[in-house]
Parts: sequence; C-alpha cells; structure tokens
Amino acid sequence: MRPPRPSKFGEPVSARRRSLIAAAVVMAGSLLPIVPVVAVVPFLPPLGLLFLVAWRQRSPDVLPVWAGAPLGLWDDLLSGHPLGSAMSLWTLVMLSIDLIDHRLVWRDFWQEWLVAGGAVAGFLIGARLAGTPLRAHVDTVLLFQIAISVALYPLAAAFCAWVDERGQQRR
Amino acid sequence: MAPPIARRTGFSRRAQYGVFIGYVAAATGVLVGAVLVLLSMFNPLAFAALRSGVAELTTPISSGLHGLRRAATVPGGLTDYFGGADKIRDLRQQLEAERAIVMRARMINRENARLRALLRVRDVDAAPVVTARLVNSSGSSTRRFATLNAGRFQGVEVGQPVRGPEGLIGRVLETGLNASRVLLIIDAESIVPVRRTRDGFPAIAAGRGDGSLDIRSAGSVNAPFLAGDVFVTSGTGGIYPPNIPVARVNAQARDAALARPFADPDALDFAVVQKAFLPPLPPPPTPDAGK
Repeated sequence: MRPPRPSKFGEPVSARRRSLIAAAVVMAGSLLPIVPVVAVVPFLPPLGLLFLVAWRQRSPDVLPVWAGAPLGLWDDLLSGHPLGSAMSLWTLVMLSIDLIDHRLVWRDFWQEWLVAGGAVAGFLIGARLAGTPLRAHVDTVLLFQIAISVALYPLAAAFCAWVDERGQQRR
Repeated sequence: MAPPIARRTGFSRRAQYGVFIGYVAAATGVLVGAVLVLLSMFNPLAFAALRSGVAELTTPISSGLHGLRRAATVPGGLTDYFGGADKIRDLRQQLEAERAIVMRARMINRENARLRALLRVRDVDAAPVVTARLVNSSGSSTRRFATLNAGRFQGVEVGQPVRGPEGLIGRVLETGLNASRVLLIIDAESIVPVRRTRDGFPAIAAGRGDGSLDIRSAGSVNAPFLAGDVFVTSGTGGIYPPNIPVARVNAQARDAALARPFADPDALDFAVVQKAFLPPLPPPPTPDAGK
C-alpha cells in the first residue's frame, strides 16, 4: 500500500510507525508466559503491562487511550487470567494515567515508577480476584510477584526508551 | 519533566471528535472486558477456541525452547562417577536385603492374578493416549495451567488425566489441534478424589494454589492424618484411574492436612495422557411398567 502523502496538517507519517512499534513491544512482552517453565507459583511479571505503562508515560500520543483493550485481549489469551480481565483493567490503567497527567503537571521518574507500581498492583490483584477463588492461598506469593514486577519497571522503561530512539533514528 | 500535552485539541472539530471517540472506545473496552470476565466466571471454558488458536502458534516455540532447556541440563551426571564403588557396594547390600521382599511380592502377585481370573474381574486398562511434554505454563497468573504439546491430532480429549512418572499431574481442560491446556492438581480449583494406601480411607485432594495440596476427609469427621500418609487416586468420579500416586501428608493433622504432591510438573520429563477412567456402568434397571 502506498503511504499517504505527507500533509502539513495531518500527523507526521512516522507517528503511525512509532505506535505500531510500541504495540509490537507490548505484545512481545505479553509473550513472556511461553518461557519453557512449568511454574508452581506465579512469579513472572506482567511484562506487557509494564511495557504499556512505560510507553504511555514516555509520551501520551504514542498509544491511544483505547489501546489497552486490544492489547489486553492479546495478553488475556496468553496469560491464564480470565479472558477480559486485562482488557478492562489495562484500559482503566490508561484512563487513570490520563487523569494523573491532567492533575500532575510536572513529574519525574520516581512518580512514574509509583504510577507503574499502582498499575501493576491493581492489575494483578484485580485479575486474582476475577480468576481465582477467594479461599486459594495465593496472596503471599502475589505480593512477591508484585514486588518483582515493580522492581522491573525501570528496566522496562529503559528498554522502551531504547527501542523508541532506535525507531526514530531509522526513519 | 513536564508531560507533553497531546490531548489539547485546539479549535479543530475533527481533532475534538477524535479525542472524544477515543474515550468512548476506551469506556467500551472496559465494559466489554468486564462482560467477558463475567462470562468466563460462569463458563470457564468459554473462548477456549480463541485461546487454543493462540496456543497453536506459541506452543511450537515453547517446545523448541523446552528442548534447548533439556539439552542444557542433561550433562549433570558427571559428579555421580565419584565414589562410584561405594555406591555399588551399598546397592548390592540393599539388593540382598530386599530379595526376600521381592520373592514375597512375586508370590502375592501370582496369587492375585489367579484370584482375579477366578472372579473374572474386567480390568479397565489405563492405556496411554499419548506421551508428550508440558512445555509452558501460566507463570504470571494465580491459576495453575500448563500447556501440553499434543492435541486433538494426537488423540487428546477434554477430561483425560495427565500423569508423570512420579504421580498425577492434572487433567486436560481444553484441546487445540496440536496443543492442549492442562489444569494442574495444585490449582485452587482442582479436586481429586483419593484414598489412603494404608487402609483405603477415602479423602479429597484439593489444590491450594501455592504448590501444595489440602487433603480433606471425604466421609467421617475427626479423621486423623499422620505425617507420611500416602494418598493415591481412588477412581471415584470417573476421570482419574485408580492407584496413581498423588501426595504425601506433611504433618499430623485432623480432618484436613497439608500434603506435598509427588509429581513435579517442571521435572523436564514426559507427561503421559491417559484415557479417562470410567467405572463399569451399574446393572441396567428393570424396565419400568409406565412405558
């Protein structure tokens, strides 16, 4: 397909490419559960969500606010959470970050890390409530999983920044 | 850093509508997701086709990675050569000591076969359907599913039990063409009817979600469990064939005891899918006179 003619008023042509790269990175992060390990307790971080939050906080226009729904659906098909949990919770995360952006005019990396921690904890706890019966003894392990995921956020943010810069250079 | 403000649309009607429609789409996504969660709660097997479609694509990758992992961990037996002579001596002594037990077991076995022939017991053979491997699992979820790299093409059907060399692993929950999803017995929604090897005491092995099992007495109250009690499947319910080892009780308890499962699903070993065990049907009822 021929690319559209660059126009002064439309978005720059590379913005679409940048969005596609971001979506591809998030979808690749959702593929983490296919590592060849049969886990006895949940220990893998929700890498797709970490990448999503990292991209969203890097720049608000790289992914639209509804991107959480399709990307979350892809994650649901791979993660073992009940289908639809990531779809709705990831979109809620995107909406919440939008709200925070309106309130918080200046933010630095510590605040971004805090936001990411809230997103990860909210998603994992929500998915646990939706998918696993309340009597299950998974909550202690869940706390460890949240801690691992929150600790990994700076790496995810650095990776997204690296991919973004590479993508911009090659334009 | 100050966040770049992208949603500021200015006077462009088109841009304003674009942002508005974006928020409408996001709200729709949240609602649709919530509805899907509710559907999955009431019918956990809904959307199995979607999941197995994705599993068809990812399972070959997992199988390849699993093969690499096996190849990387196989040469671990080098240290076994040290002190080999002592080990052989010990094993010879053990063999001598157990010869009498083996002789007795052989006699009991023959006796058993003779009595069974006498009674004309029809054994339901637990013929293996396929031998495959568990290649990945839901490692980021609180549920305990694993993916088996065999599916309908290999004869795997929903409800068939999966066992490893040491004991019961789980049962098949969803099948795809070449991949299927296995509910492990340590999942919080898994329940296996078991009996104690010592005296045939019936119990239920329910998963806890943290890698161990809860053994609860099925019938009597105040039932004592001792540390080291071994439980095997009882065949009740018709899914799991009898006499597959399930778990060993950790500590003495009453009514409900914590137990450790025998099978390690991550053991890099084969997983055997067996036919679902169906106990013989009850004798046909007398034809009722109403018809």
